[in-house]
Amino acid sequence: MSDYKDYLTRQVMLGKMNRREFLGRAAAFGIAASTAGTLFATSAAAQEPKRGGHLKLGLEGAAATDSKDPAKALSQFMFVVGRNWGDMLVETHPTTGAPVPALAESWEPSADAATWTFTIRKGVKFHDGKELTVDDVIKTLQRHTDDKSESGALGVMKSIKEIKADGDKLVLTLTEGNADMPLLLSDYHLIIQPNGGLDNPDAMIGTGPYKVASFEPGVRATFEKNADDWRTDRGYVDTIELIAMNDATARIAALSSGQVHYINRVDPKTVNLLKRAPTVEILNTSGRGHYVFIMHCNTAPFDNNDLRMALKLAMDRETLVQRILGGYGKVGNDFPINDTYALFPEGIEQRTYDPDKAAFHYKKSGHSGPVLLRTSDVAFPGAVDAAVLYQESAKKAGIEIEVKREPGDGYWTNVWNVQPFSTSYWGGRPTQDQMYSTAYLSNADWNDTRFQREDFDKLLLEARSELDEAKRKEMYRTMAMMVRDEGGLILPMFNDFVNAATKQVKGYVHDIGNDMSNGYVATRVWLDA
Amino acid sequence: MESGPITGPVLTDGTAGETHPRPADLSGVPATPNPAAGTGAIGGTFWRRFVFRRPLAALVLQRLGLSVGLLFAVSLMIFGGIEALPGDFATTYLGQSATPQAVENIRKDLGLDRPWSERYLNWLGGAVQGDFGTSWASKNSVSEQIGNRLGNSLFLAFFAALISVPLAVGLGMLAVQFRNRMPDKIINVISLAAISLPEFFIGYLLIMFFAVKWGVATFPATVYDSMSFIERLSAIALPVATLVLVVLAHMMRMTRAAILNVMSSAYVETAELKGLGMFRIIARHAAPNAVAPVINVIALNLAYLVVGVVVVEVVFVYPGMGQYMVDAVTVRDMPVVQACGLIFAAFYIFLNMAADILAILANPRLRHPR
Repeated sequence: MSDYKDYLTRQVMLGKMNRREFLGRAAAFGIAASTAGTLFATSAAAQEPKRGGHLKLGLEGAAATDSKDPAKALSQFMFVVGRNWGDMLVETHPTTGAPVPALAESWEPSADAATWTFTIRKGVKFHDGKELTVDDVIKTLQRHTDDKSESGALGVMKSIKEIKADGDKLVLTLTEGNADMPLLLSDYHLIIQPNGGLDNPDAMIGTGPYKVASFEPGVRATFEKNADDWRTDRGYVDTIELIAMNDATARIAALSSGQVHYINRVDPKTVNLLKRAPTVEILNTSGRGHYVFIMHCNTAPFDNNDLRMALKLAMDRETLVQRILGGYGKVGNDFPINDTYALFPEGIEQRTYDPDKAAFHYKKSGHSGPVLLRTSDVAFPGAVDAAVLYQESAKKAGIEIEVKREPGDGYWTNVWNVQPFSTSYWGGRPTQDQMYSTAYLSNADWNDTRFQREDFDKLLLEARSELDEAKRKEMYRTMAMMVRDEGGLILPMFNDFVNAATKQVKGYVHDIGNDMSNGYVATRVWLDA
Repeated sequence: MESGPITGPVLTDGTAGETHPRPADLSGVPATPNPAAGTGAIGGTFWRRFVFRRPLAALVLQRLGLSVGLLFAVSLMIFGGIEALPGDFATTYLGQSATPQAVENIRKDLGLDRPWSERYLNWLGGAVQGDFGTSWASKNSVSEQIGNRLGNSLFLAFFAALISVPLAVGLGMLAVQFRNRMPDKIINVISLAAISLPEFFIGYLLIMFFAVKWGVATFPATVYDSMSFIERLSAIALPVATLVLVVLAHMMRMTRAAILNVMSSAYVETAELKGLGMFRIIARHAAPNAVAPVINVIALNLAYLVVGVVVVEVVFVYPGMGQYMVDAVTVRDMPVVQACGLIFAAFYIFLNMAADILAILANPRLRHPR
């Protein structure tokens, strides 16, 4: 409990939480309000959310090719669009990442975590006036699990064997136990649509706080308030306008001239310039996304663990965080999990830059000659610079790295997950289990480090159906150590999500789930005139 | 010869060259019919007579025939180009999040597993009937979406041309009038400076001063359906200003050079010696001979205003054709890329043809080959 209080206090210190948020969360955990009093001694009186106004957001990531079907949503822009008009069964808690009821009121696992029963909320209406039924939910999930589905959530849904109704309850039977099932249903593709969207997947009709008023792919989307919203603690502004702005400078110009209230993807290189503008506030949130250098554990010369260790130790992480992320990020420890995940294994020693030790392992590996690293700025912003910085720090350990810049077009098809040593990016996943299953399980499609260990796979499956949290945490710790010390992953940094808003925007929630307040930015903020 | 703008339209040789086949076709040997037209014995005689009697109509017909062939070639090249790019629609659209199953589903759905020749013919079959199909990515009708985007592009290009063409020609004449004196030099320096700056830089400068510092201009320049005409005009003010600055120097300098060139020729001197007035010399003798290269440069710049302004579109967040096509190429959305490519090619062909016809109308000598 005191840990949580410390966490909240830290958030306040970092300016990431206002008095109201603090009080709300602290009260929920029975923390004395006196703490809050001292913390906010200098700040203004608590604010009540104001309703009304027109909110404008300038967002990167839209394209004329964007599909209205939530199953095919990929871009940042469509992510926010979906959050505005739709709801999932489950949401995630902004600071703990725990599952929170949304269209599912409550849920209950069986003892082996292989069967889950969800109670669907009653009295919720779709934008077209129809009432939400368990049948809509079933059809939606079926549409995303169908073998012919093009859904982005197909990977998540593969573990569901059977979807059926029990009266007005939803029963999911899984192929094997999974303690994280509710979290999987918070995937942003899984918006519940009337009749599952089978009639018209592109209708953009859901149960969300806003109705779509107009939508031009790659240009603009406008929304108006859903008067029948089933929740009152969201949807404060009357109307929302999302404008596609793919040019970073255009976004900054629009924000500093007050033409939009909020922008995403502020370039770390220019964030300090933007900070100087008196009307603007930088909003950075720790996230789960990480920038990585990946080696194939089964391909020479990277099949030698000493060489892998040498390359891990030759990475100057602090410098990369400063130079590539402008300080807006945290150093990584060569396993893909950070403290924003539930059941994070604490106390694992931080790996640091150690040229001597790197040289020792390098010599022991017996490798000679340059190591070829392929990169492109498509992998992550600044990837080419990062590779060159890495080349320099490795040189001090006597390791020669040859940096090859690959064309950005087709990088994900021809280089990533194909070549033995390259740069890449991973967005976070809702759970540790999902992160490991996606990219570290021996037979996973995206096992981009070719990390193949039977004992790891076994542990992963055991942890998945383990309902005892202490045991589960211990298992995750063992797995993290395996990846850290023997895997092909060099993880120098977790990037913060850097967004910015005018000072008119109030109530912004820093959500560890994903960028832009987990996509909910437009439904959570209000405008202070 | 002046140097073209770095990011602007490509300057071909202003008086003749590939974009300008007129001298070869019409002022060449009259008895030779165009080899591209039907060369059968009977058709040949008919065509020869037709060319002789109605040279202008013959030119238009011949160009139209050629342009159909060109468009075919363009579509084949675009198709080949997309095929040659690494990755197909399924893999690039899904990007890093592609699973083999999802890729397979999309491929099967779109028929990407069939050979390319079959897919091309399939597309061609639809296209000649005016059906450009639906976008693979958004599943919307291509014609409908392009209609919108093309309208926006033309709107922007029209106002940019409306300002830049008269301004360029006027300034060019002014520069001739004051040749090598102060106004000429000022015009030259300023226009060269504008041409040397990349268009995105001009755009950012305008945004910084007019939108951010002084707050007098509208930014972003996004236009949408529910906007009134006045709102639209105010939205495009900054992009139009940028485009005018980018294309102005090119046309202005060509006007100046062409008029100077003609004014120093022997027949103008003769006219002067005959005692004709200055206005009469320029209007009757100099202008018809100077207009051809000027029209060509104007046509090139107009084409550029429609098809080459993707950078300006991005900087000002303007929903035009360029951005639409770039988005489509990024994910290999073939029907959209094809349709955009064909429209762009058609614009170039049409504007070049219009330039040639106008040049012939202005200078009747070109109509009757010697």
